[in-house]
Amino acid sequence: MTAIRTRRRIPMTLMARREARHGYLFILPWIIGFLAFTAIPMAATFVFTFLNISLNQQEPIAFVGLDNYRRLLGDEQAWSSLGVTFRFALLWLPVVIVVPFLLALAVNSKSIRGSSLMRVLLFMPYVVPFVASALIWQNMLVDNGWVNRALGWIGISPPSWLNDPTWVIPGLVMMGFWGLGAGIIINLAGLRGIPTELYDAARLDGAGWWRQLRHVTIPMMSPVLFYTMILAVVEVMQYFLVPLVLFNGTGDPAGATRFFNLYLYQTFFTYQEMSYGSTLAWLLFVITLVVTLLLFRVSRHWVHYAGER
Amino acid sequence: MTSQSLRARRVMERADVARKIRVALMTIAMFAVVAAILSPLAQMALSSVKSKEQISQAYSPVLPSDPRTYAHDGETYDVYRVPIDGEERELALVKKGRTESEFIDPDNPGRGPITWQGSWRNLEPSWTLAPKWSNYAEVWGLIDYPRLLFNTVALAVISTIGTVISCTLVAYGFARFRFPGRGPLFTLLIATVFLPTAVTLIPTYTVYAQIGWVGTWLPLLVPTFFGNAYNVFLLRQYFMTIPRAMDEAASIDGAGPLRTLVSVIVPQAWPAITAVTLFNFVYTWNDYFTPLIYLSGQPDLQPLQVGLAAFNGLFYTNPAYIQAGTMMTIAVPVVLFVFFQRTFVRGIMATGVEK
Repeated sequence: MTAIRTRRRIPMTLMARREARHGYLFILPWIIGFLAFTAIPMAATFVFTFLNISLNQQEPIAFVGLDNYRRLLGDEQAWSSLGVTFRFALLWLPVVIVVPFLLALAVNSKSIRGSSLMRVLLFMPYVVPFVASALIWQNMLVDNGWVNRALGWIGISPPSWLNDPTWVIPGLVMMGFWGLGAGIIINLAGLRGIPTELYDAARLDGAGWWRQLRHVTIPMMSPVLFYTMILAVVEVMQYFLVPLVLFNGTGDPAGATRFFNLYLYQTFFTYQEMSYGSTLAWLLFVITLVVTLLLFRVSRHWVHYAGER
Repeated sequence: MTSQSLRARRVMERADVARKIRVALMTIAMFAVVAAILSPLAQMALSSVKSKEQISQAYSPVLPSDPRTYAHDGETYDVYRVPIDGEERELALVKKGRTESEFIDPDNPGRGPITWQGSWRNLEPSWTLAPKWSNYAEVWGLIDYPRLLFNTVALAVISTIGTVISCTLVAYGFARFRFPGRGPLFTLLIATVFLPTAVTLIPTYTVYAQIGWVGTWLPLLVPTFFGNAYNVFLLRQYFMTIPRAMDEAASIDGAGPLRTLVSVIVPQAWPAITAVTLFNFVYTWNDYFTPLIYLSGQPDLQPLQVGLAAFNGLFYTNPAYIQAGTMMTIAVPVVLFVFFQRTFVRGIMATGVEK
């Protein structure tokens, strides 16, 4: 008891002190960068929300109390754009978590030949710049593009993906398939890391394919699935660049792609309203943080870490 | 051989055949999925060499083609696919009429005109394969490709130098030295991955605007010299696998920590350093948002992605140009990927597994 307490009090030896000094010296670039580009700006963003900073207005900077927050509460555009982001997230999150897992499962299957070629091909779109991939997919989703031709062959009368407010969101989800490469690789690494003895034991107990998946693969993969889920949540909340490129920030068709982050971007960049933009940024940060913390809390019930009993 | 063992063998053979069929079916199905996911690349490549006229026609062929024409007696006639006697023939339309038209067979013009009953407007035109390679040359000039390429390469090279140097130093600090607060600081470093960009962007942008950095490359380059979470993490994981005995031997020989890093750690960590180099190069090449906000008024300083998005805004009426321009911006990352796919895949695996 006392030993534990006093352990920290033991003065560091000369050697240890020198080692610590070297350690700090080497990580110094990051510490400076963290303060300059993360910690201080973050605090400044918070301070900005109580001021009236705007780059194109000549009024003196003043403390305005909760004015920005009051404006936010009554700002219909902010809330409706948050709705757009949430609706997209609802459709996108299952895809970004489940599809890479399923594809990795298929590539990793013993009943597949050519899996290393498949892995490379599936990962390849990851290096395609997203501006390029947005334009490539735009070409794919126009009215006489390949997607609609394929749907026509199987007798489905295809929607106008990029002009119809209902179908533009599924269209954007389809474009997102090119961003799944990293997720597939991470899932694949996770699958390869599962000890084969677990499957042998399950087979001895008479478990078939489905029960092996349910009782071995999914529990063992839960940390990977959780990791991709958290990253996906953080990313989906910030989503707006693909529609920005495709629709030039207009939110077309009919406001269906006016994402929250697009509104934020236009507030601070187009209208140069730094203080109100900061208020929107804090709202985004708080929502992301709350969702992430909730997921962490719930994760105790389903995420299984090896070595933890 | 007893009949029982014969039967057992037959059962096993049948199971083997069933397994082979399953493997074949699953493999074909998966390659079909992969082909579907990659098919946009094919449509891009084909569209990029089509004519504007072809793309605007709804039922034009998949391959880049021109409507077929036939020159006869100093006149040029369009060629149509005409059904005659249950057979489809490619004939040049010489005399248009509402209910009947006259055609000439290009393969046999001496036979004279063929009369066909029906409205020629319902006929499908005949196409001949005609890739329009000139699209690339035209786009090259229209978007000032050499300038954009130079900017992109310069930005990618400088920021990669900054990233590799700073991340190597920081990763070495975290991997090899014990100091108070190391654990929490490392957690803090990793936590920055999960931070939305917007929450730090506005004051940073404001400060850059005040000190005159907006409209220059500085906001894009300076931060890369201060390390970033992904690459520090990747390098640190790799450094930890290098046996400590090696640095100890170097330090007994009188090498200081920096010397140990340069002469012991770096030579052994080439795979990880290559991965960081490639990732950062491709990341900078592909980045759109940062150059967009800091270089928006400076077309001379913009990289390819910003130029491509602007080009899309200007030339959306000619999708072939857009696709050719797109092809020109993805060529470098895709070629890098083809050569270094193993390094890319291993790098991603390393960041994903530990968590």
